Amino acid sequence: MPQVVMVTGVARFLGARFAKLLSERANAPRVIGVDVVQPALDLGKAEFVQADIREPVTAPLLDEHGVDTVVHMNVLATPRDAGGRIPQKEINVIGTMQLLAGCQRARSVRRLIVKSSTTVYGASSRDPAMFTEEMAPKVSPRSGYAKDSLEVEGYVRGFARRRPDVRVTMLRFANFIGPDVRTPLTEYFAMPVVPVVLGHDARLQFIHEDDGLRALEQAVTSDVAGTYNVAGDGVVMLSQAVRSAGRPAVPLPGLSAGVVGGLLTRASIASFSPEQVQFLTFGRGVDTTRMRAEFGFEPDYTTVAAFESFASARCRDGLLDRDRVSRAQRTIAGLLDITRG
Amino acid sequence: MTPSAASRSLVASAGAGEATVKPKKAVPKKVAVGETTGPAMKAVPKKVPAREATTQPGAVSSEPDQPTGQAAQASVANPFDALLAMLSDIAGSVLGDGAQDRIAGAVEFLSRRLTGSYEVDMFGFDPEFTEAILLPIMRPLYKLWFRVEVRGVENIPASGGALLVANHSGTIPMDSLMTQVAVHDQHPYQRHLRMLGADLVFQIPIISDLARKSGTTLACNEDALRLLRNGELVGVWPEGFKGVGKPFSERYRLQRFGRGGFVTAAIRSGAPIVPCSIVGAEEIYPMIGNIKPLARLLGIPYVPVTPTFPWLGPLGLVPLPSKWIIEFDAPIPTDEYEPAGAEDPMTVFDLTDRVRETIQRRLKALVAERGNPFV
Repeated sequence: MPQVVMVTGVARFLGARFAKLLSERANAPRVIGVDVVQPALDLGKAEFVQADIREPVTAPLLDEHGVDTVVHMNVLATPRDAGGRIPQKEINVIGTMQLLAGCQRARSVRRLIVKSSTTVYGASSRDPAMFTEEMAPKVSPRSGYAKDSLEVEGYVRGFARRRPDVRVTMLRFANFIGPDVRTPLTEYFAMPVVPVVLGHDARLQFIHEDDGLRALEQAVTSDVAGTYNVAGDGVVMLSQAVRSAGRPAVPLPGLSAGVVGGLLTRASIASFSPEQVQFLTFGRGVDTTRMRAEFGFEPDYTTVAAFESFASARCRDGLLDRDRVSRAQRTIAGLLDITRG
Repeated sequence: MTPSAASRSLVASAGAGEATVKPKKAVPKKVAVGETTGPAMKAVPKKVPAREATTQPGAVSSEPDQPTGQAAQASVANPFDALLAMLSDIAGSVLGDGAQDRIAGAVEFLSRRLTGSYEVDMFGFDPEFTEAILLPIMRPLYKLWFRVEVRGVENIPASGGALLVANHSGTIPMDSLMTQVAVHDQHPYQRHLRMLGADLVFQIPIISDLARKSGTTLACNEDALRLLRNGELVGVWPEGFKGVGKPFSERYRLQRFGRGGFVTAAIRSGAPIVPCSIVGAEEIYPMIGNIKPLARLLGIPYVPVTPTFPWLGPLGLVPLPSKWIIEFDAPIPTDEYEPAGAEDPMTVFDLTDRVRETIQRRLKALVAERGNPFV
């Protein structure tokens, strides 16, 4: 059972929620949250230390507090929040490198848990239907968050080789979704009219925000090491999700990922990098057998249920809203009943 | 009798207490025409309590006069209701009862699809969409144009994983679509055939979407194994584009069967292999030439030249109505092989050859039996 846990990235929604969750549970360890800016959200009983992990500040911090478990949640998906692609890459890659360098020197560290992502598998027409953990991407991501995640995973594996006494758990999360979390994908579905790539229907898989946090908590409290896909059961097609959100979908010819991505970025709705548009074109499925069998985690929400929880909270006013459709259906049924008698 | 008069007479007969088929018809009409001032949908909740009033013959017997008078009133008070009533009359008399149930079913289907409340499996297979839309589109071709005759469907297991291996021909993969319809319609359990498609299928925009929704997935070992282990019926056409794009002069001569990946998947999962011979697909677009430079330019395996294709333009896309026979041979079990046998090239080639010979022999026999390809 960990005594002192350091969590990076606590100024962001998921980091803050996790620090709060961990610090307020029964038999809570001492939780130290680290980020470069003050968190806007409540951290519960967690302490906050303002530090930029891109600087070599990690080792002194770890030694000072005798941290035995490090939870790295500071790999950012959105360039806009970081202030652009270059700062994003610095935070993701340089930040991770410095963090790992610090962990390597700190003798007290016993556990490392990394919040990684299924984007490392890429998205292409040549992908198998479901990726298992040992599969490499068919088309390696070449830019953006996915490439950063790939590099981060590489560095973590290198660290695991240099410090074999530290048990490393890498959790590859599917897209987070839920009533509260804000990601490019949630903003995409909340648009009044959703652009989709013409002629393609992506398979999407989600993890509910609560389930994701529970998985991280389980990684902290259990001693299971290894790499695991974490996602809800089942997939949902993009067209299905857009309809579920009650929005009309506008098919756009998507030969150039830049067309759709640029459109959305200029509209300041969501910043979509080319590999994110690839994801919206082809989608991706991940196999979660090892998550259940070896990591021992069962999500409460299936992919569809997770999406529904998001849609009912944030997508209530769409053109094809569920209520409107069922009202129209009742009208027609009423008409038919009048005819039928 | 005008439609309206017909329905009014039904109302009258209900009022007279006869046990007609539609006593309910009287009441909603009364409610819709006489009592509501709003749009017809308000008639729906009122229907239930009003229905109970029909049991009192006295109350209903005065009905024959009411609709006329109240119709006149309603047309002044609410032209929308009157229009709806008129349209309902027309619809009712034109369509009849069964059609209305079907329309209700169709509306319900549409609203389910519009709200995304349908099931999709992890490969993207949408059984509802396939059965309601894709298969019905292909059925006229299957039944009337190609007059497909299916034999040996009892060789397909009732449940559990099985691998269907077939010959490929026809310039475009229409034979795989027809096989899908054949298996679904002829099999006693209406099994869905999960087909393995080439990379090219998943690169073309609309085709890739339809393929996924109808149960096709990428022809890779991982997916084949996953499907077989899930107990699905998997269809593979190992000749690939070499088979589909073969010249007409080489018809019914099996090309090389790839590297035997399908055999590996079958052995690993212990699923039986069912050889399938498709006769008739060779003649739908007899390929008499290939525009290689254009094919290279477009990045596709071939650009076919058929007796009709580039010359007649779009008309050339209509397939010739050859007579098809699809025959399934006895399944070849694979559970007698050790799982390690999947790695052994000799075992794999041996089994591949066995399947290939079975199909080749069957093709020869069926072609001889069929005689004229178009009869």
